[in-house]
Amino acid sequence: MSLAETYPQEVQRILAKYPPEHKRSAVMPLLYLAQRRDGYITKAAMQEIAEFLEMDGTEVASIVGFYTLYHDKQEGKYRMQVCNDLPCALRGADTFLEGLCENLGIRLGETTPDGLVTLEAVMCIGACDRAPVFQIQSPERITYYENMTIERTLELIEALKKAQGETT
Amino acid sequence: MAHILLRHRDIPDIHQLDVYRQHGGFEAWQKAVISMTPEQVTEVVKASGLRGRGGAAFPTGVKWAFMDNRNWPHYVVANADESEPGTFKDREIMEKNPFQFLEGVAIASYAVQAHTAYIYLRGEYWHIAEWLDQKIAEMEAAGLLGDRLFGSDYSLRIYTHLGAGAYICGEETALLESLEGKRGQPRIRPPFPPSFGLYGKPTVVNNVETLTNVPPILTYGAEWYRSLGTADSAGVKVFSLSGRVKKPGNYELPFGKTFRDLIYGGGGGILDDRPIKAIMPAGASSSLIVADEKALDTPLDYASVRALGSDLGSGSVIVIDDTVSIEWVIRKTVHFFKHESCGKCTPCREGNYWMLRILDRLERRPKKEDVQLLYNVARQMQGKCLCALGEFAIMAVMTGIERFPQDFVDSSQT
Repeated sequence: MSLAETYPQEVQRILAKYPPEHKRSAVMPLLYLAQRRDGYITKAAMQEIAEFLEMDGTEVASIVGFYTLYHDKQEGKYRMQVCNDLPCALRGADTFLEGLCENLGIRLGETTPDGLVTLEAVMCIGACDRAPVFQIQSPERITYYENMTIERTLELIEALKKAQGETT
Repeated sequence: MAHILLRHRDIPDIHQLDVYRQHGGFEAWQKAVISMTPEQVTEVVKASGLRGRGGAAFPTGVKWAFMDNRNWPHYVVANADESEPGTFKDREIMEKNPFQFLEGVAIASYAVQAHTAYIYLRGEYWHIAEWLDQKIAEMEAAGLLGDRLFGSDYSLRIYTHLGAGAYICGEETALLESLEGKRGQPRIRPPFPPSFGLYGKPTVVNNVETLTNVPPILTYGAEWYRSLGTADSAGVKVFSLSGRVKKPGNYELPFGKTFRDLIYGGGGGILDDRPIKAIMPAGASSSLIVADEKALDTPLDYASVRALGSDLGSGSVIVIDDTVSIEWVIRKTVHFFKHESCGKCTPCREGNYWMLRILDRLERRPKKEDVQLLYNVARQMQGKCLCALGEFAIMAVMTGIERFPQDFVDSSQT
């Protein structure tokens, strides 16, 4: 189903934000919608958006490649994105990240064997006073987790697993 | 002193429309539309001495007065792409005191006669975009936004737009490119946005904190605002304090308080009471300051920090103590800039790549020649990049090597 069919209200609301002659501005919010629908941004979705906004498919692909929150590959359902930039690293983010890798038995960039969590290091997310911090990006949204410990993070992953088990 | 920007710290429920209005909220907005001309609004902001809080410190009213009145429509864009490592002030303002920010957006729009304003938020601030959408809807329902406001001919709509993870989109022309649905790469300036901005139309781009200053300036007047702060830097500033301090967080202070007031007053001093070593006053983009007594007693205002050989920028103060190596610090900052370089201009794209490679090699095999090589690469980038990102990337590298030579390989090791 097309984005306009799957999310008629959202597509309407997005298009209304921009002058009709500049509807290309809607490319970023529409890419988020495609990511929500498919779990990641597929080639078909890029083509669909390109046609919808009268853009070139290559241009849409270049936008997907430029911004870090768009993903063109299927990975874990939840991307756990830990900030280990300078201010967070001054408050133990690197140690936190290493401990997390050890406990999950995966390296940075890898996904837990059940396909649930992909662990990533990201640049500053604007929570420097609450390190260690990470955000979880799911196809639907981004949520912040601040002042975290390894223990609480593992509990969170368990809760995500449980929720996953209930929906499938 | 009561807060002027972080008012939620004095009035807990100020994020609710009725509470905000009970405390004078939207009176400035209504006064502007009903009883002031756009030029009068701009004049007050000009006279207040307000300067841009995103880092460049350009006089806000002057920017508004630059808008080209031969070319319409006009746009206002609030820069909420807060992405400088160490900066988290705009986030607190939007989360806790959203209406004062939105009132600032509205007044700025009236001053330049824009009928559409966009708030460009970094993609990670997803929850804030949802939150602001809700607040904007409340304003529309209360007749504070929409058509023919307060019985006048003036109409205004405000929309949020989410970025998707790119530091460069904080650069105003890259932000506009991104808002137009393109890759967020900076334009060559001039022309500047007030003559050629969004969709090629005159556009004011202002930082969130800058705009949040506008309602109180209109309410209490330019003279009141100038009475706060210093001659060079009028008013108040929200400083984001992070790094090796006991109490990191945002602190609203009038300009002119010292680094010592911020770090040892509000910040509670250094973790484990270690000696302080260095200060980065403008996030990862800072020139490193040697934190001696003279530096600690330096007033936090634009001119004084510049006289120290640095810049106040966005006021994102990262504190470094004696347990930390400056070589490690610049490896972190260069890693950041290498990741965030947009790739458009060669000095930044290649320079950051090579600086990181040299720093990685230094970590594995310390060698004096490589420190010199690193410095030379930085110097070759200087003044040659298309936008400020490339220039920012070398600040910590050059000042780190110049001011903390002992933290790099000493000659006995080579």
